[in-house]
Amino acid sequence: MTLTAVILLGAFHGINPSMGWLFAVARGLQERSRDLLLQSLPVIAFGHLASVAMVVVVVSITGSLVTSTVLSIASGVLLVGFGLYHLLAKRHFRWVGMRVSLPQLAAWSFLMSSVHGAGLMLLPVLTHLPAATEAAGAHHHGGGALTGGMVVAGVHTLAMFVTATVVALVVYEFAGLTILRRAWFNLDRMWAFALVAAGAITLATAW
Amino acid sequence: MTLWKPDPTFYPSPRDAAAAPAEKLAYVAAFDRSAQKPDALAVLDTDPASGSYGEVVGWTDLPYTGDELHHFGWNACSSALCPYAPHPHVERRYLIVPGLRSSRIYVYDTKDRISPELVKVIEAEELGKRAGYSRPHTVHCGPEGLYVSALGGYGEEGPGGIAVLDHTSFEVLGRWEVDRGPQYLAYDFWWHINHDVMVTSEWGTPSMIEDGVVGELLLGRKYGHRLHFWDLRRRRHVQELDLGDQYQMVLELRPAHDPTKKYGFAGVVTSVEDLSASIWVWYQEGSRWAVRKVVDIPAEPAAADDLPDVLKPFGAVPPLVTDIDLSVDDKHLYVSCWGTGELKQFDVSDPFTPVETGSVRLGGVVRRSAHPAAPSERLAGGPQMVEVSRDGNRVYVTNSLYGSWDDQFYPDGVGAWMAKVDTASFTLDERFFPHGDAFRGLRPHQTRLQGGDASSDSYCYP
Repeated sequence: MTLTAVILLGAFHGINPSMGWLFAVARGLQERSRDLLLQSLPVIAFGHLASVAMVVVVVSITGSLVTSTVLSIASGVLLVGFGLYHLLAKRHFRWVGMRVSLPQLAAWSFLMSSVHGAGLMLLPVLTHLPAATEAAGAHHHGGGALTGGMVVAGVHTLAMFVTATVVALVVYEFAGLTILRRAWFNLDRMWAFALVAAGAITLATAW
Repeated sequence: MTLWKPDPTFYPSPRDAAAAPAEKLAYVAAFDRSAQKPDALAVLDTDPASGSYGEVVGWTDLPYTGDELHHFGWNACSSALCPYAPHPHVERRYLIVPGLRSSRIYVYDTKDRISPELVKVIEAEELGKRAGYSRPHTVHCGPEGLYVSALGGYGEEGPGGIAVLDHTSFEVLGRWEVDRGPQYLAYDFWWHINHDVMVTSEWGTPSMIEDGVVGELLLGRKYGHRLHFWDLRRRRHVQELDLGDQYQMVLELRPAHDPTKKYGFAGVVTSVEDLSASIWVWYQEGSRWAVRKVVDIPAEPAAADDLPDVLKPFGAVPPLVTDIDLSVDDKHLYVSCWGTGELKQFDVSDPFTPVETGSVRLGGVVRRSAHPAAPSERLAGGPQMVEVSRDGNRVYVTNSLYGSWDDQFYPDGVGAWMAKVDTASFTLDERFFPHGDAFRGLRPHQTRLQGGDASSDSYCYP
């Protein structure tokens, strides 16, 4: 169940044009090079992984310091707050520049994923990892939470990478970008609702 | 609130945009030369199936007088689909309308209404104090917000430059340039968005233009004659290209819409050597920018008696290329010759060897060519602002250049008219000729077409 959720969340990020596959396609189209597209995707996935891993590290450190109830409540509040911010704030991610190096592309992906709160949705999963809950009050188990969390982050990112690659190749080779006009559902807004819901559930199940 | 699906007027590529439906409305900025009445946004019916086709069907007076509306633009466009900062669920809804003389910037809502409704006024002080500029001109929606060029400094002649406005609150965020290098004069700007390159052009500072063209400055070759290239991302001046100081007033910039291409067209109003006008192409040569003259349009000899005072010493009418527009498919360039009264069409499939493929005569300093819808009426002014529909099938022109300059070249009155050319036959549409009282005594300037046009949108995908 948990694994399925982690993979589905990864696929959700993979499908979202804002999260990277569109940038990869654009780079490919600009230079008429599928190689450039394929080269871009792992770099984008790496940036995504870094963003998610950052959340894992914070959770495992926090989890080693506070009780699981406190961790769940803090996570729930953070999710609800972040989701509401995304729903209500009018600002959007800003970045200027199409001509980026691969390290810059990874940095872009890291920033985009972080602003999006990509890793936050894993909070309910991370806070319920056995290692994390057992770790409450027992510092020496913190390493177990970290390892478990990193596995979650890795599986999530792999799902994101596979999905993004499939979507990018289908769009680049067959579908064409005109599909964006019809199919680009506002996933960011849906994501914000989902964050709020996940936060609420985390809070409700914290006790 | 954001939309669930992308705004339907956003297109990923110029190819997609060329398949857009025909516009049903056109917005035209109109100003009162006497500054006694408010300027206005006039809304024209451009739907041939409509009973009021070719008529002014909407009208919104500005709240103040003396703004001198000139150019304007949309709050959002197809660049919202760009991959590095996508936000395609915003609406193309607001017109950002600068007053070139007052330095105010107005924001008008066009959604679900014919006559736009005022939602915000940015005072000259806000633009001045936050960005250091005055006399706002061209508006483009871009990656960091709304970019607005300005001809003058705040409380000073210059330098002119570019201010950035927030996409959604429309607050002035500040000056765009981090390092302006040698650039001082400003006018138009646009970019090669996928190459992180901005291009800017030069007209003159407020004192050089606001009371009319100054003969000594023109013959002294003091008006702008350079192009500037910038790093769009780092906001730094990269290169200056001097066309030669005889080429006075480098105005409109029309980069290729295809984002993989790195060339564009610039129009030069006049050469002080022979009063000709010219079209130039900028392009990249290695890592440097270069520019080449590709079209020369000669002056037409005329008797001094037929000429206004400003031209009597020269015995000729300069073409005065004051606006150009490139079709979305980058195949046709439209060139307005406001002095000689002509709209030219060039095939620019090969940008370095334009081929003239069409010409329509309207107005002109000496010719005063009539419109077929009113064959007995000698027209003053000439085709000036040009706008091309996204599908490239229709071209709209209006006849006023700039208040004080209208009066110099058409001292007996420039009149007010708008015309439409069907590009397939390259003939004037006899059913579309709003003129005279249609504009209620105001002079029409730039046209913006509903949903976007050939000079409103940037595309990130080929």
